[in-house]
Amino acid sequence: MADKKKFDFRRIKQHHLFLPIICLIVVLLSNLIKTPDFFSISIRDGVLYGYIIDVINRASELVILAVGMTLVTAASGGQDISVGAVMAVAAAVCCQILSGGQTSVDVMQSPLIIAVIAAVLAAALCGAFNGFLVSHLNIQPMVATLILYTAGRGIAQLITQGQITYIRDNAYSMWGSALPNLIFPLPVYFAIVVVVIVSIILKKSALGLYIESVGINANASRLIGLNARRIKFITYVICGVLAGIAGFVASSRIYSADANNIGLNLEMDAILAVALGGNILSGGKFSIAGSVIGAYTIQALTTTLYAMSVSSDQLPVYKAIVVVIIVTMQSPVFQKYVNKIKLNRAMAKEKQRRGNAV
Amino acid sequence: MENNIVLHMKGICKVFPGVRALQNVEFKLRKGEIHALMGENGAGKSTLIKTLTGVHILDAGEIFMDGKSIINHSPQQAQENGISTVYQEITLCPNLSVAENLFIGREPRKAGFIDWKTMNKNASELLESLDIHVPPTQELDDCSIAVQQMIAIARAVDMQCKVLILDEPTSSLDDDEVEKLFALMTKLKAQGVGIIFVTHFLEQVYAVCDRITVLRNGELVGEYTTEELPRYQLVAKMMGKDFDDLADIKSAHDNVKKPKGLPVIEAKGISHKGTIREFDLTIEKGEVIGLTGLLGSGRSELVRSLYGADHADTGTLKVNGEEVKINAPIDAMKCGMAYLPEDRKRDGIIADLSVRENIIIALQAKRGMFKPMSRKEMEDAADKYIEMLQIKTASRETPIKSLSGGNQQKCIIGRWLLTNPDFLILDEPTRGIDIGTKTEIQKLVLNLADEGMSVVFISSEIEEMLRTCSRMAVLRDGKKVGELTGDDLTQDKIMQTIAGGKDNG
Repeated sequence: MADKKKFDFRRIKQHHLFLPIICLIVVLLSNLIKTPDFFSISIRDGVLYGYIIDVINRASELVILAVGMTLVTAASGGQDISVGAVMAVAAAVCCQILSGGQTSVDVMQSPLIIAVIAAVLAAALCGAFNGFLVSHLNIQPMVATLILYTAGRGIAQLITQGQITYIRDNAYSMWGSALPNLIFPLPVYFAIVVVVIVSIILKKSALGLYIESVGINANASRLIGLNARRIKFITYVICGVLAGIAGFVASSRIYSADANNIGLNLEMDAILAVALGGNILSGGKFSIAGSVIGAYTIQALTTTLYAMSVSSDQLPVYKAIVVVIIVTMQSPVFQKYVNKIKLNRAMAKEKQRRGNAV
Repeated sequence: MENNIVLHMKGICKVFPGVRALQNVEFKLRKGEIHALMGENGAGKSTLIKTLTGVHILDAGEIFMDGKSIINHSPQQAQENGISTVYQEITLCPNLSVAENLFIGREPRKAGFIDWKTMNKNASELLESLDIHVPPTQELDDCSIAVQQMIAIARAVDMQCKVLILDEPTSSLDDDEVEKLFALMTKLKAQGVGIIFVTHFLEQVYAVCDRITVLRNGELVGEYTTEELPRYQLVAKMMGKDFDDLADIKSAHDNVKKPKGLPVIEAKGISHKGTIREFDLTIEKGEVIGLTGLLGSGRSELVRSLYGADHADTGTLKVNGEEVKINAPIDAMKCGMAYLPEDRKRDGIIADLSVRENIIIALQAKRGMFKPMSRKEMEDAADKYIEMLQIKTASRETPIKSLSGGNQQKCIIGRWLLTNPDFLILDEPTRGIDIGTKTEIQKLVLNLADEGMSVVFISSEIEEMLRTCSRMAVLRDGKKVGELTGDDLTQDKIMQTIAGGKDNG
């Protein structure tokens, strides 16, 4: 009986989501020290409120970005660091169309759907640009996306003519807030819909398998008839589209397009989410679920640090510490080192056992 | 005579995890000779060179230079001991001048600054003495590859080297350039430099070399003077001609009547720049054709250009009588081709994916992204080939990388059989695989041919090809030089064709 139980636990431990979930739980539980009512939830107007709901709500953009980042990482073995800037571009396009060129409007000047489609298309174009550089010109993903990382916010400024464009219309800002009787704030639904749709696409087509195959061995993939370039390109376009959606959500939260602040530093959080989710940053096998858990972990970490009255200036330091720990744990050198220690211990034990036997 | 020896490597052993790369190898180099180091892939040539230049540390054995024992821990140290190496790829700085490249790291100085005048003067003297006609101030990038190669040699020579190692220096040169390089080598030889020449080209060995040392499977086969070893015997020594009895599995299959029809493959004038010259090849239905030749002769490159792995530059290809255009492997797959690549690890397996995914992925790619196979279909397919090919794996979900080499290879074969091809290309399907599995694969090939599949079979082992192939095409130096069928399919005949030339021993 006891044996069987132990065996089961081992299997759970080997599951690829084991570590990510443990991380999330540790971070969440650590809140109880400072904030005993962290898990308490209240209901007002059919909408849930509470710290935990706040974490889920604020993580929405990050979850959306992390999904795109996971695909890019898996296929190309590199990351798209331009997603934060692409969010700003999408927000700028969206708000500029809605404002009809003015700095601040109280009523939307164009249909929302057109503005959103335009914003997402602009973001898709950014993604296609990145994808072209990476897949067709073989530029390192980090370097290729550095271009839009630096230029993106400038482009957003150009679109809004250097102003912060405000759309003070409830029909716009509602997308970033909570509506009565919908249980969760709307951004949460955006995140859910994105995760569900991407998961369905990966499940109902062979794209997931193709991406993994190309990420693991591009040479072999080409020889079995896969178009490695096209597959990498597609992941960058998807990543761009998702950044566009995230940009729209972020912009509707503050009912404006603030080119300098929308999605600021979010690309690093998205990469961290992918890593925290147990995905290898050099490409290959991936888990969307892992990245989603990773994204919630990071938002929980941020909220926790705020709750522990860490100032926002110092926040990156603590995040950096987490990144260092994760990257070290994933590195082959470290794993070799751990295995060596394990082996030495096992050998010492074996020696001892033999010594006892004699 | 024997005190002429400048370099003597004795009892060299080198073990890599799981492989005995070198076993008690002896190598002698005399003053003023050009000595060819020959052997097939994996024979241990490059390992021997690397132990000499300090890239690898040898596990056992001794190296003597001029009778003194030396140990090289790094290429720098080897250079200090008078051993210089020029690699196939140029390792100079293309954006510096010729003179700078010659003297980089040891520039003549005046009051702490580089003395450009002396440097250029020394450079032009050095180049003059070696009959290399190029101005020292020219940027290296503007010189031809051959000249760059020669400058690399000049640099090595000027550093007082007694032993010069040329590791496949000619593979990217054309005939004229090779001539020039040989002239330089002959000149150095006259100056008393001992040259180790590693190459795959037989013609070149006989053009310049005095002695030949042959390695096979990490062991010394022997040292010969060029005159006493005709080409034909050299080939035999490299390939290992100790025949095991031809287990006559083929004769049983010879009786099966092959229906005549349109040839499955009809290639005319196909070539790929730099790897394979124009060739014609016709393959009938249900035929096993072997491609043979030494490494680098273009046997892999030939099939790669057929399959679209390398885009063919010229020529036309007809599949089942219809002309087709193949731009990428997927086009070839749609024509019913399948290709098992030579380098299983680099081009074959997708290491982290499971056995199931590795087996179904080619069929899935052929069907397209939006027609995914159901889980059940995948599992059935995987189970079918695991059973049929007797793949030893813990389960179909085990990552392929944890299987043994032979079982990985069977998975790849299963992958291609699942696509139900008319034309199967097998490039070294039995390399690095135990004897039992080898025989299984050979039998499988013959059975497939009986069922009407056409197979191209490439192997470094001639006896294996004799067992399976009904016809053989022979390649030499990137060119198809002959075809052998019927009674001509004998070891001797094949070796003679591979060796070419007139001195067939």
